[in-house]
Amino acid sequence: MREVELAIIGGGSAGLAAAVAAYDNGIRDIVILERGAFLGGILNQCIHNGFGLTEFKEELTGPEFAARFIKQVEDRNIEYYLNSVVSNLTEDKVLTYQNSTEGVVQLKAKAIVMAAGCLERSAGAIALPGDRPAGVMSAGQAQLFLNQFGYLVGKRVFILGSGDIGLIMARRMTLEGAKVLGVAELCAWSNGLNRNMVQCLDDYGIPLYLSHTVTKVVGKSRLEKVIISEVDECKRPIPGTEKEFDCDTLILSIGLIPNNGLLNNLGIAQGRSRGSEVDENFETSIPGIFSAGNVLHVHDLVDNVVEEARVAGINAAKYIKGEKLDSEKDIKVTAGNMIGYVVPAKISSIGEDKATFKFRVREPSKNVYIVYTLNGKEIKKVFKPVIIPSEMEIQSLPKSLFNGESGELVVSLIKKEEK
Amino acid sequence: MKELICIVCPRGCRLTVDDDLNVTGNFCPRGAVYGKQEVTNPTRVITSIVRIEGSDLAMCPVKTSAPIKKGNIFKAMEEINKVKINAPIHIGDVIIKDICGEEGVDLVATRNMEAI
Amino acid sequence: MKDVIIIGAGAVGAFIARSLSRYTVDALIIEKEFDVGDVTSMANSAIAHSGYDPVPGTKKAIFNVKGNRMMKQVSEELDVSFIECGTLTVALYDEQLPMLEELKKRAELNGVPCEILTGEQVIAVEPNISKNVKAALLCPTGGIINPFTLTAHAVENALDNGLHIVFGEEVISIERVDGYFKVTTNKNVYESKVVVNAAGLHSDDIARMIEPIDWSVSPRKGEYYVLNHFKPGFVNHVLFPLPSEKGKGILVSATTSGNYIVGPSSEWVEDKDDFSTDALTLAEVKRQATDMVPNIPFGEQIRVYAGCRATPSTHDFIIEPSKKYKEFLNVAGIESPGLVSSPAIGEYVVEELIKAVLPLEPNPNYNPFIKKYIKPQTMSIEERNALIKENPDYGQIICGCEKVSLGEIKDALSRSLPVNSVKALKQRTRAGFGLCQGGFCQVKVVNILAKSKGVSPLEIKYGREGSEIVIEEVKKEAM
Repeated sequence: MREVELAIIGGGSAGLAAAVAAYDNGIRDIVILERGAFLGGILNQCIHNGFGLTEFKEELTGPEFAARFIKQVEDRNIEYYLNSVVSNLTEDKVLTYQNSTEGVVQLKAKAIVMAAGCLERSAGAIALPGDRPAGVMSAGQAQLFLNQFGYLVGKRVFILGSGDIGLIMARRMTLEGAKVLGVAELCAWSNGLNRNMVQCLDDYGIPLYLSHTVTKVVGKSRLEKVIISEVDECKRPIPGTEKEFDCDTLILSIGLIPNNGLLNNLGIAQGRSRGSEVDENFETSIPGIFSAGNVLHVHDLVDNVVEEARVAGINAAKYIKGEKLDSEKDIKVTAGNMIGYVVPAKISSIGEDKATFKFRVREPSKNVYIVYTLNGKEIKKVFKPVIIPSEMEIQSLPKSLFNGESGELVVSLIKKEEK
Repeated sequence: MKELICIVCPRGCRLTVDDDLNVTGNFCPRGAVYGKQEVTNPTRVITSIVRIEGSDLAMCPVKTSAPIKKGNIFKAMEEINKVKINAPIHIGDVIIKDICGEEGVDLVATRNMEAI
Repeated sequence: MKDVIIIGAGAVGAFIARSLSRYTVDALIIEKEFDVGDVTSMANSAIAHSGYDPVPGTKKAIFNVKGNRMMKQVSEELDVSFIECGTLTVALYDEQLPMLEELKKRAELNGVPCEILTGEQVIAVEPNISKNVKAALLCPTGGIINPFTLTAHAVENALDNGLHIVFGEEVISIERVDGYFKVTTNKNVYESKVVVNAAGLHSDDIARMIEPIDWSVSPRKGEYYVLNHFKPGFVNHVLFPLPSEKGKGILVSATTSGNYIVGPSSEWVEDKDDFSTDALTLAEVKRQATDMVPNIPFGEQIRVYAGCRATPSTHDFIIEPSKKYKEFLNVAGIESPGLVSSPAIGEYVVEELIKAVLPLEPNPNYNPFIKKYIKPQTMSIEERNALIKENPDYGQIICGCEKVSLGEIKDALSRSLPVNSVKALKQRTRAGFGLCQGGFCQVKVVNILAKSKGVSPLEIKYGREGSEIVIEEVKKEAM
């Protein structure tokens, strides 16, 4: 069995960034396994701009952003295999992958970075009511058909979900000749970035129906119409509020799920993000198996993905070199009031001088504090005039605040008392 | 006075532009430029695809090298729709010079596509 | 002039065709959809019932028990997954215990092996079942079957043995002319000595084309959840509540692919073409299922579906010649346990009903086996490597969720039974059946299908007529 120092599952933005970081930290024996025909992953079909403002200080399109990382990987001669699907991973870090040229290959790695990205929630996952005709598909699928193969999946389009890919596809399909009739969002707020609301919907006069959902899909063969209804505070459809849209296509942008089957199969605990629980080094409960990027928690910006993956890559390098990663992870981190999830799940009370937390709030809020409590004692609060679920929050605390204490750290949102 | 959401970067700052074109609410200087521009002469970068021959994919992604006038978006698409290019193509290769007659703004490739 | 026309390529029509292919006949299957098994046969509970439930002496009881006994051999010949996991019919309340005893008596009268397990015994084999369980009837010969390949492979076998099939043809009239039948479809006119009506939900409509009938078939819809194959052994048997007048109740079961299904509801509908799901019905399915299995992880839900049972007004299968013509055979009202009964029904229809009106000579080339499908996932790494070396397509994964290779897809596309749609390919190979529901692979599948058929992706359908997936090419001016 071939042995390598570092195997990276996924050659998208996270995998490439982790590989480069590990290389630059002294690891040479690296293999990237990418299931697609190109490095760069989903960025290749995200032809819109808005990538790279933090990483490269300029605004790039998805393929351009990917190309920069591909070049970094190629400049370092890092080994990669395309069209290679990893089908199994063991606790001993033996992974099995296959492609048509090498066949089925088993690889034993000293460390693994899981960087397999995420997948789109399907119509079935939300039990979309009504018929199940052709013409109902995820935004990413419509994007792939259009941007790589030149096919429009429909001419009269309705969109369910205000996730960024849905908004981006509203604009893309409009520019390419389709009529986009509207976007329905179950929440009372948009789940996409503000800029996408402006430049994808407002620019083209596409209406957004907040607190609405699709209550019936109609069509025996191809989609014929959708009926949407307003929902109450409990997200239940309100009878009598139905609106009908004659359309041939329903694009779904209803959330992304970490593509984390390989680690779930190992029994590694799942966090509320539906990725594996990791510590501040992005190491899972199995030493030497790291996870970063959208397979860990779904990001809104690729710049944050590569930053996170870089940290995972550096720590994987340290692990391989036998450098002790931070001592015992003695603080458990949990999401408290109005917080959807927090990454990481565990940190060390000592070691690095600061701890970084990434989290999302459950609903948009104004004039709030993000409050950190360690064993019930408030150690820090951060004022936020505005905070919204569609923007991941990243905050760091100096570890000196922990006073070497171990236990449970809770991140919560508390409304500022009105004067 | 006009309220805007800045689209320069994904941060999406909430800007206020007063009648004298003073911008507030911006996190970075680019927001001020955007705010002023958006109320006087709004512009957008257009990203799309063009047909490519001799590559393993049918379409090559493209963008305008700088923002074009908002009113020119669909006119630009008409030009983009007619173009056909041949592989190999590299990021930054100019596909349409001075798109919509906007001087210095080109349609450029955004992906490296090898010939097969 | 055909010897036999079979109307409908559901499980029943498929097994009639297969049984008929033992003989040298000129026979044609007419299917109105673009795939076999495309209506009731694909949207059901996928259970090979043991036969404990039908009223003794009924056709349902007879064909169910016989079909169940045939299933092992059939599944081997036709290369179909069949897992004899046994069924448990569960009593959650003390007052249900007498009903369980009744059911046991019925099972024994039907000749079905069974035993009653105590609550403790049930919990020992089904750790996720409700701790309220009082007892259950274990029928070890019940099992689960792949309903998609059961029908498809039976038809493939019939075609291999010389039968023919047409798709997308709907029978619009049947006339008796000079001792034969003239069968008119939306596309063609056929003549045949014998007609078998296996038109499922529409079998009463077909029967009425030649004579008035005193029975009918009504659609009774059932809605289901499908969960991902999150871990093996969440349930080990097919778990049924006690049956009621509405049917066998809401079951929780694994499928042969390791997924789990929860359902079905039972609701009379007007439209024979109504396969819609709705939130309230599914919520009730969930409620009833969690009475029996409290911790079903619905977060693993990947799909919902609905099927319509072809429920006969007679309460029993209708398998008999029409009143006027002994050469016109109605095989109608085959609701549950129709799937498991279909091999036995097929054999009976051919041996007893067709043979009575048509002399049949054995087919010297008859082979009950189809060519085995290569399943790399069941092979050792060495075997897979030898396979990929010989044919690299088996190394290239198209569906990442279900790990379906290009080689398996090409194999399905090379068979005597055509693959006419994305859905047909999905049901033959499982490409698109996983967590992402084709989000990643459907684009590839459309391109592969288009290439294999030599057509544009614009012509590739998801399932039915008019179900194209992409509808326009952009930048046509630049082509």
